[in-house]
Amino acid sequence: MTSEYLLRMEHICKSFGVVKALDDVTFTVRPGTVHALVGENGAGKSTLMNVLFGIHQRDSGEIWLKDKTVCCANPHDALMHGISMVHQELDQVSERTVMENIWLGRYPARLMLVDHKKMYHDTKKIFESMGVDIDPKATVKNLPVSYRQMAEIAKAISYNSDIIVMDEPTSSLTEKEVDKLMQLMNIIRGQGRGIIFITHKLDEVKRIADDITIMRDGKRIWTGDVKEYDINQIVSLMVGREMDNLYPPKDNVPEETVLEVRNLKGMGKNAVKDVSFKLRKGEILGIAGLLGSRRTELVETIFGLRPIESGEILLNGKPIVNKSPQQAIKNGFALVTEERKFNGNFPGMSVLFNALITKFNRRGAYRNNLNLLSSKKMAKDAQWVIDTLRVKTPGSAIKMSKLSGGNQQKVIIGRWLLLNPDILLLDDPTRGIDVGAKYEIYQFIINLAKQGKSIIMISSDMSELFGVADRVMVMSNGYETGCLDRSELNQETIFKLSAQRL
Amino acid sequence: MQKFSAKTVYRFAVHNSIYIFLFLMLVVIVIMDPSFLSLTTLGIIMGQSASKLIFALGVAGLIIMGGVDLSVGRQVGLAAVLSASLLQAPDYFNVIFPGLNLPLLVPVALAMTVTALISFVQGIMVSKIKVPPFISSLGTSLIVYGVCCIYYDKFAGSAPIGGLREDFTAVSQQGFTVLGLKISYLFIIAMFCAFLVWVIWNKTTLGKNMFAIGGNVNSAKVSGVNVSKNMLIMYILAGLLYGLGGAFEGARTGSASNVLGQSYELDAMAACVVGGVSMKGGVGTIAGVIIGVIILQVINYGLVFVRVSADVQYIAKGAIILLAVMADAKKRSMID
Ligand SMILES: Nc1ncnc2c1ncn2[C@@H]1O[C@H](COP(=O)(O)OP(=O)(O)OP(=O)(O)O)[C@@H](O)[C@H]1O
Ligand SMILES: [Mg+2]
Repeated sequence: MTSEYLLRMEHICKSFGVVKALDDVTFTVRPGTVHALVGENGAGKSTLMNVLFGIHQRDSGEIWLKDKTVCCANPHDALMHGISMVHQELDQVSERTVMENIWLGRYPARLMLVDHKKMYHDTKKIFESMGVDIDPKATVKNLPVSYRQMAEIAKAISYNSDIIVMDEPTSSLTEKEVDKLMQLMNIIRGQGRGIIFITHKLDEVKRIADDITIMRDGKRIWTGDVKEYDINQIVSLMVGREMDNLYPPKDNVPEETVLEVRNLKGMGKNAVKDVSFKLRKGEILGIAGLLGSRRTELVETIFGLRPIESGEILLNGKPIVNKSPQQAIKNGFALVTEERKFNGNFPGMSVLFNALITKFNRRGAYRNNLNLLSSKKMAKDAQWVIDTLRVKTPGSAIKMSKLSGGNQQKVIIGRWLLLNPDILLLDDPTRGIDVGAKYEIYQFIINLAKQGKSIIMISSDMSELFGVADRVMVMSNGYETGCLDRSELNQETIFKLSAQRL
Repeated sequence: MQKFSAKTVYRFAVHNSIYIFLFLMLVVIVIMDPSFLSLTTLGIIMGQSASKLIFALGVAGLIIMGGVDLSVGRQVGLAAVLSASLLQAPDYFNVIFPGLNLPLLVPVALAMTVTALISFVQGIMVSKIKVPPFISSLGTSLIVYGVCCIYYDKFAGSAPIGGLREDFTAVSQQGFTVLGLKISYLFIIAMFCAFLVWVIWNKTTLGKNMFAIGGNVNSAKVSGVNVSKNMLIMYILAGLLYGLGGAFEGARTGSASNVLGQSYELDAMAACVVGGVSMKGGVGTIAGVIIGVIILQVINYGLVFVRVSADVQYIAKGAIILLAVMADAKKRSMID
């Protein structure tokens, strides 16, 4: 007799010290289905999957694969049992090539030597089946985040596992790649395999998933057929209250121009080619574009992380040069970077440290009368970040790596808010943040605009841009191809403009 | 439940493997000679640890920033030779600079300035020219040793520089006795340095930036940390500590020669790692460094005390270093 389920996790409990991350969670996957796992930041989704994958050991509960009860002691064990996983945080050896990363630890060999040819062709084949065009020989660190994410997915697929866990695989993908991923998931499902799909984008859940499990505060709230509930109902189950709107009312009023960028061109191969725009006081300017449109490069160039070849940046009418982030910060800029793990996070340091690191370097910040850092003043600001952004954490002394992904993101946004910047550059700021918290962040952004701050927000989520931006600038391949007013916004125009320079 | 407790024991063992190993060694030493356990021994160990603690504090900051420094020992040696040559008793038969009667602080300050300069140059190489710390400090180490030999051969000839002034040696050889425990002035100086460095690490922006650079240098850059400036200052601080510790290391042993300081960099870094400073950067505490230095000195002195041969001492030291680094790596790979 074959089992009805590929996987059954029953009554799983897991605590980290006093934090009960999983409380009697039961979770199943049927063959040939996509099972969505949703919940707020810190609900326990990643922890549940880490228990399955042998990264964390459960305190109690049982795991059944088909008809066998198993216990994955470590990830290697899990892979042997036919479970592979795409992790929430990219964990790649960035100095090596894509293919080496994919086959890490199991290089194909011939005559005891690594068979690079086979590795290349196998990798190529997987990418072809996924419909993406990535050079297997490219060095990982030179690739945009979305490509790296696709490579991670390719790696999980290459194991040919029965169950593939995807922990927020779409958080750094653009719509086009999301489409490709969905097609791929369809194929895998058709082969009778199972996919566990964690995401904060509920439209994706509606689009692809068969079953859905909703978690809140470490408990399973509901499991069932996706079709039974609409998005609003799922949201209210997730956050535990009604949410009428996904976006707060927009009541900021843009005033005079504060920042003007003229024909900005960066140095180097992957640099910005030609971008001009104006940003007004109290305005939220969205930036849309496809993968490789160099939106990240644009904000990094403005922020002084990348050198400028030509062009001008005018702040309040006066030309400025941000040669370094220090200078940019002095000029009132702030940047929430795209890839938290690479250049945002200090995983080994405390939440307090992560929240205050930018302000530490402001002259005179947190000093007591001995001109030393005052713990009391630091604790006050850290608490402010935790309260304002509703970071779910047992305290500010805990290590950052122990927070859930979304909560880490909130701390990083908080560190910039502490500086009270005039121009806030946000590179996909709501990446990995749950719907409820997103609303709060939008509200925050709009409030900042109302206080006369200006915001540039890159986003891969078009509805987000429609929801909060006053204008949307579109980029294509390093060029600015158009700027749309709120009233002119529509998906087709944006698509057309983003493809203009390809 | 069975599995749970086995796992807990294992985790405890991995997290504390280095301490367990050292404790076992201590037990063996005490079994071989129970008289090791005495206040006199403790006093001696504290005295010996003092100068080592001073330069370990310097290198610890560099390790936390994600670097290493292989030039500690040679810088210490140069500082010792330099200050000793300027602080000989005028009536010593083999005095190098007769008639010189500098205030005690001048030669010590001079030695500190020289090592601070050396470390500053190293800091420039690492932070501005992006030479890996391993290479830059290896090169520096050789150059410093060469310079030290030239100075030593020219002025001291072949005999170690001895006959040090009494006010100089008194700092490390004299002190006061509390409840039968002899505490040298040097130990007090070392503790004062530890306090100062603690303040820097924990109560200043420089310290926060040091942890930021070691924790994730890319995040540090974006957060507005001036990476090269902060690195440079940490290098200068390290140099100052090497100079201070070096000068008094000479005073403690009563003489200085060009071989003084040899392989001290390994002792210093081993002490850091034993004390929980991670070679991967971003992690470390002052208390850990103090404990690391003292533990290693207990073992060092203990092995001498029970007359284990020098060769075996090398093996023991090497094993401790390897074990400490392996335990550190293993600890980091264990998630919860
Ligand atoms: N290693 C750890 N040590 C201590 N606490 C942890 C650890 N890992 C997770 N937690 C805690 O467990 C809870 C669940 O975290 P988890 O990462 O599973 O959330 P999540 O649902 O994946 O959230 P997100 O959507 O933000 O990724 C959180 O409160 C988190 O702080
Ligand atoms: Mg998660």
